[in-house]
Amino acid sequence: MSNWIAGFIVLMVKIAVVLGALLLSAAYLVWAERKLLGRLQVRLGPNRAGKFGLLQPIADALKMLCKEDIVPSAADRVIFLLAPAVVALTALLMFAVVPFGPPIVLWGREVPQVVSDINVALLYVFALSTLGVYGVALGGWASNSKFALLGGIRGAAQMISYELALGLSLIPVVMMAGSFSLVDIVNAQAEMPYIVFQPVAFAIFVIAAMAESKRIPFDLPEAENELGAGFHTEYSGMRFGLFFIGEYVHMQVLGALTAVFFLGGWRGPLLPGPIWLFIKIILVALIMIWIRGTLPRLRYDQLMALGWKVLIPASLVNILLTGAFLLV
Amino acid sequence: MEPILRSELLTPWEPGIFSLVLFAAVVLVLVGFLLFISAWLGEKSPNPDKLRPYESGIIPTGSARLRYPVPFFLVAIFFLIFDVEGAYIFSWAVACERIGWAGWMQMSFFIAVLLLGLVYIWQKGGLEWGPKKD
Repeated sequence: MSNWIAGFIVLMVKIAVVLGALLLSAAYLVWAERKLLGRLQVRLGPNRAGKFGLLQPIADALKMLCKEDIVPSAADRVIFLLAPAVVALTALLMFAVVPFGPPIVLWGREVPQVVSDINVALLYVFALSTLGVYGVALGGWASNSKFALLGGIRGAAQMISYELALGLSLIPVVMMAGSFSLVDIVNAQAEMPYIVFQPVAFAIFVIAAMAESKRIPFDLPEAENELGAGFHTEYSGMRFGLFFIGEYVHMQVLGALTAVFFLGGWRGPLLPGPIWLFIKIILVALIMIWIRGTLPRLRYDQLMALGWKVLIPASLVNILLTGAFLLV
Repeated sequence: MEPILRSELLTPWEPGIFSLVLFAAVVLVLVGFLLFISAWLGEKSPNPDKLRPYESGIIPTGSARLRYPVPFFLVAIFFLIFDVEGAYIFSWAVACERIGWAGWMQMSFFIAVLLLGLVYIWQKGGLEWGPKKD
C-alpha cells in the first residue's frame, strides 16, 4: 500500500509539473508572440507591465478572471458556456502521451518521463484533435451571432480537411516505427531523426499543423477584418481566456508532436531530455510566429484547394513510396 | 501489443490507463475551476445592449441560426469517407513490414481507388468554392 501511495505521489508530482510547465509556457508564448510580432511590425510590443513587459501574461490572466462573463441574450446557454472548455480540455489532454525524456530511476524504481504510454497514443491524439473541432463549431453556433456562426462553420470545415492531411502525413512515420506509441516512435529515432527520411511528410505535417491551430496564413475562422473575432466574437472574460489557453497549448502540443515524429523527440546531445523537447517545441512555435508575421491570409478557396488538392494526394503518394522503400 | 493486465491497471508506477485517467481528472478539475472562478469573480451588470450579438455596431436583424451552406456539408461528407479509409491505412501501417509486398500491393490498389475517388469529386466540382467559372 505504501508503495502504491509513493507511486501515486510521484505520478501527481509528474502531472503537476507537466501541466504547470504547459500552462506557464502557454502564457509566456503569448508574451513572446506579441513581443516578436511587435518587432516584426516595427513596434515595441507589450513593455509596460514589468521589465520588457514580462508581467503582461499575469496581468492579462488577472484581468480576464475579473471581467464580466457575458452570455448573449439569444445564445444557447449550456453549449455556449461549455464550448471553450472543450477547446482547452482537448488541447491539454493531448499532451498526456508525449514523452519528455528517458525513464529515470527514483529510489530504486523506474519512473518513465511520460504521463501515459498507451499503445494507441497516436490515434488518441487524433481523436482529441478532432474533438477539438466541436469546441470551435459549437462555440460559434451557440453564440447566435452571424460572425461567430460563420467563423464556426469555416473553422469546422478547415479543421476536418487538414485533419486528414495531418493524419495521412504521419502514416509513413508509423510504418517506419511500427508502432502507435509515441515512446516507441521516439526510441525508433535513436540513430537518426525521421525528418531526414521523411522531408515531404514533415512539410505536410507542419503545414497541416498550422492550419489545425487556425493561425495566419490559415486563420480564416477568426479573420478579424471580415468576421470580428470569428467563432469567439461573443466570448469575454475567462471563457475567451480558455479559447486562448487552448490555442497556445495546442500550438505547444503540435510543436511537441513535430518534435516526437520528426525531430527525434527528447533526444539530443549534452542536455537532458525535457530541455531538448522544450527547445524543439519553442523552435517550432517561434517559426509559426515568424510565419504569422510574414505571410498574408489565404482566401478560403485557396485554403481548401491546398488541403484537398495538394496535401492529401501528396501524403497518399508518400505513403506508397515509403512502403516500397521499406520493403526493398 | 500485449493485453492489459488487471494487476497493472491500477498501479501508479506504470504509464498506462490509470495515469491517463488521473491526468484527465486533474485537467477536468483545472478547467472546471477556471470556468467556475470566472463566473464567480466577474462582476455582473447586464443590460440589453451588452447582451446583443456584436455585429460591429450595427443592430442585428433576424436570427443567426442560418442553414449551413452546402459546400461545407460536402466537405464534412468527404471527410467522413476519407477518414474511415485513413483508419484502414493506419491499421496496415503498423503491420507494413510484417505483411510485406502482398500487403503493399493490396494497399496500393486501395490507395489508387481512393485517389481515383478524389479525382472524381475534384472533376465533379465538389472541391470548388465561390462562383462557378463558366
